[in-house]
Amino acid sequence: MVQINLPPNSKVQKGKYYKDKTGSKNIRKVNIYRWDPSNDENPRIDTYEVDMDNCPSKVLDLLNKIKNEIDSSIAYRRSCAHGVCGSCAMNMDGKNGLACTKPHKEIKGDINIYPLPHLKVQKDLIGDLSTLYKQYESVEPWLKNSKKNDDKENLQSIEDRSKLDGLYECIMCACCSTSCPSYWWNGDKYLGPAVLLQAYRWIIDSRDEERKERLKKVADELKLYRCHTIMNCTNACPKGLNPAKAIASIKKMLATS
Amino acid sequence: MNSYKIIEHEYDVVVLGAGGAGLRAAVGLSEAGLKTACISKVFPTRSHTSAAQGGISAALGNMGEDDWRWHMYDTVKGSDWLGDQDCIEYLCKEAPRAVLELERYGVPFSRTKDGKIYQRPFGGMTKNYGNETVQRTCAAADRTGHAILHTMYGQALKHNTEFFIEYFALDLLMKNGECKGLIAWNLNDGTIHRFRAHITIIATGGYGKTYYSSTSAHTCTGDGNAMVLRAGLPLQDMEFVQFHPTGIYGHGTLISEGVRGEGGYLLNSKGERFMERYAPKAKDLASRDVVSRSIALEINEGRGVGKEKDHVHLHLNHLDPKVIEERLPGISESSRLFADVDVTKEPIPVVPTVHYNMGGIPTNYKAEVMTVNGSEKIVPGIMAIGEAACVSVHGANRLGSNSLIDLVVFGRAAAKRAAELVKPGTPHEKISNSETDKCLERFEKLRNSNGDNRTADLRLEMQKTMQSKCAVFRTEKTLKEGVEEIRKPYEGMESISVKDKSLIFNTDLVETLEFDNLIRQAIVTLDSAYERKESRGAHAREDHPKRDDNNFMKHTLSWCEGSKTKISYRDVHRSTLSNDVQYFPPQERVY
Repeated sequence: MVQINLPPNSKVQKGKYYKDKTGSKNIRKVNIYRWDPSNDENPRIDTYEVDMDNCPSKVLDLLNKIKNEIDSSIAYRRSCAHGVCGSCAMNMDGKNGLACTKPHKEIKGDINIYPLPHLKVQKDLIGDLSTLYKQYESVEPWLKNSKKNDDKENLQSIEDRSKLDGLYECIMCACCSTSCPSYWWNGDKYLGPAVLLQAYRWIIDSRDEERKERLKKVADELKLYRCHTIMNCTNACPKGLNPAKAIASIKKMLATS
Repeated sequence: MNSYKIIEHEYDVVVLGAGGAGLRAAVGLSEAGLKTACISKVFPTRSHTSAAQGGISAALGNMGEDDWRWHMYDTVKGSDWLGDQDCIEYLCKEAPRAVLELERYGVPFSRTKDGKIYQRPFGGMTKNYGNETVQRTCAAADRTGHAILHTMYGQALKHNTEFFIEYFALDLLMKNGECKGLIAWNLNDGTIHRFRAHITIIATGGYGKTYYSSTSAHTCTGDGNAMVLRAGLPLQDMEFVQFHPTGIYGHGTLISEGVRGEGGYLLNSKGERFMERYAPKAKDLASRDVVSRSIALEINEGRGVGKEKDHVHLHLNHLDPKVIEERLPGISESSRLFADVDVTKEPIPVVPTVHYNMGGIPTNYKAEVMTVNGSEKIVPGIMAIGEAACVSVHGANRLGSNSLIDLVVFGRAAAKRAAELVKPGTPHEKISNSETDKCLERFEKLRNSNGDNRTADLRLEMQKTMQSKCAVFRTEKTLKEGVEEIRKPYEGMESISVKDKSLIFNTDLVETLEFDNLIRQAIVTLDSAYERKESRGAHAREDHPKRDDNNFMKHTLSWCEGSKTKISYRDVHRSTLSNDVQYFPPQERVY
């Protein structure tokens, strides 16, 4: 029989409520998804009242404030804090983004923070990205060029180099792939926008000698053509990149080659 | 003794850290046929190399005449003659080859009209031994570190490097003064792992998070440095902490020196280009310690901007928007996000911000770790590279764009040396469990602590102390106070509290272990600074304003047990590696 309801152990329950202790008059409620693999309890939503008078502007600042001052047990990834490392990707107010660049004032009402959607949760806001990393590896993200000249660079025109703009800046945060319905349903086979953007970055690099082979490799019903131009990826990208366009470019190259 | 099940691994070489240096070493080791593990607490492309903006230095001469000897002179002068000239020679001579290698790996460098790698001017980089500005810094727009890191990770994948990702390293395994591997905690499943290795290469980066305001990532906690201290080995030149002249005011986000390289300049509240007064020739492109001190002086003398008059303005709104779009897109984005500034119209509010640690684990130019016991001695089984290491090529002050080149040159050197020292597949000798037990005792103690002190509070106390007592300008008084105050958060660890007791992604415990690492480095930094009674490079003592080559042309070595330190010194190498270049004797340093 098809199981229609969620299995009992994945039902999200109401969690703890942490009341403000600072006496601040400027309080916001922050609801955070919590799940600890070390016990048998269901996931829950903990609610924190946070004094916004003493909180810097980004969602990551808010999380750090909660972790430093209210509840040190909450788990999330973070590193650079200025949008270049891609660690703190999560779902805030229903949208994927980087906590370190997302201003909390853009969120109206209670602030809801969840892990990136449709990933296996490892703990609290930490999602398992190992499948995506393996897919990244599968596009062989390195330059293939047989020239063996040790004391000269490959020449590349300014125009050819500019074709990499909008591609090489990707920080692999996975905001795009985890916002894509096609990736949700077929994430094990469809490469998804993040990895296809990277595939295109090497396909279009004028220095690379294996464009044909690279194209052939992704030309697959599932790997590539599960993209139905839904465009969630491009809307989600916190770096302003356009994975949907990169995927369309691959499709176009295949159609015209 | 302990109840942890330990998973055993045997490798020829273990690399700890997967930033630019660690990845370059791992690639070289794999090429040499050595069985290599690369361990990192974050996924490789999350490493802090990704935050490097402006570029990577190498005398390629793509934008006019250049010579690696000029690069060497600039680096020696930048180091305020604390750098070891044999190592600096190696760095600058190897640099062009290393950058060309990166290009062939696929780094998307910006290009010149004839298709070569684009190079921009940078602070302290000059032509013909200090005569005029040279364009030596190779750039991929203002995302050079990101571009290099992602490309290096691709190379590591190509070479089938074995990664252990989101493993937090706890301690080195030492036996009779030799390193035999390390212990790490797998955050993914909570297991403890013992890695045996003939050589352990530390590539864990800097420890900027000892300070309240820094351009560093949350993960820059110098874990490898602290492991070395706990192993009874010294760190070197820890008093030399670089303040980058242009961190965004109030937030600390880095604004690349490349902005000034492309023609940006600093203004005070009177609208003066004050750098002309402090560095008549190089102006805004003097080296970082000089520019940071100049800004601090302007602010101290009441010429800062803003309500509190506590920062200055960095202008690039006079530049062609096309240049900004093409060469500085990243800082435009950062300025918009963190300072709410449109750089084509308004200046960026900036202030000197902790950025880089010249100090670290002492090594020679082959990346072998050294200690001093009467004379310089190599410690078998351990190497260090990147910001974690103190080779010393940066001496008392690093030049901008010399860190990325340091990563790849010495990453490669370490792999080369390891391949000479280790025969692939050599069996490992037995070691007792005592080191492992000692390491897990510390782990267990912190994990089970239920005291009154929150890790975050102790960390904040440490950061505020470092920020106020060990800043751009230092005095006997502030340092003395710092030396005493910094021990309080250390003692506070006796009654620390860790709320989360689990083992899977216990970031509460990770932050506590990181604090344990940071505080030891903060202590040796302050103690080393207190003992150096001169001004040199980034270490500026108001009570000892002159450089003192008679008494202090030497490296500080600091050992630390608990909160007790021992300070000793070793002489700066006063010779070059080859006859290709002459030793540069100390001179007065003016820009």
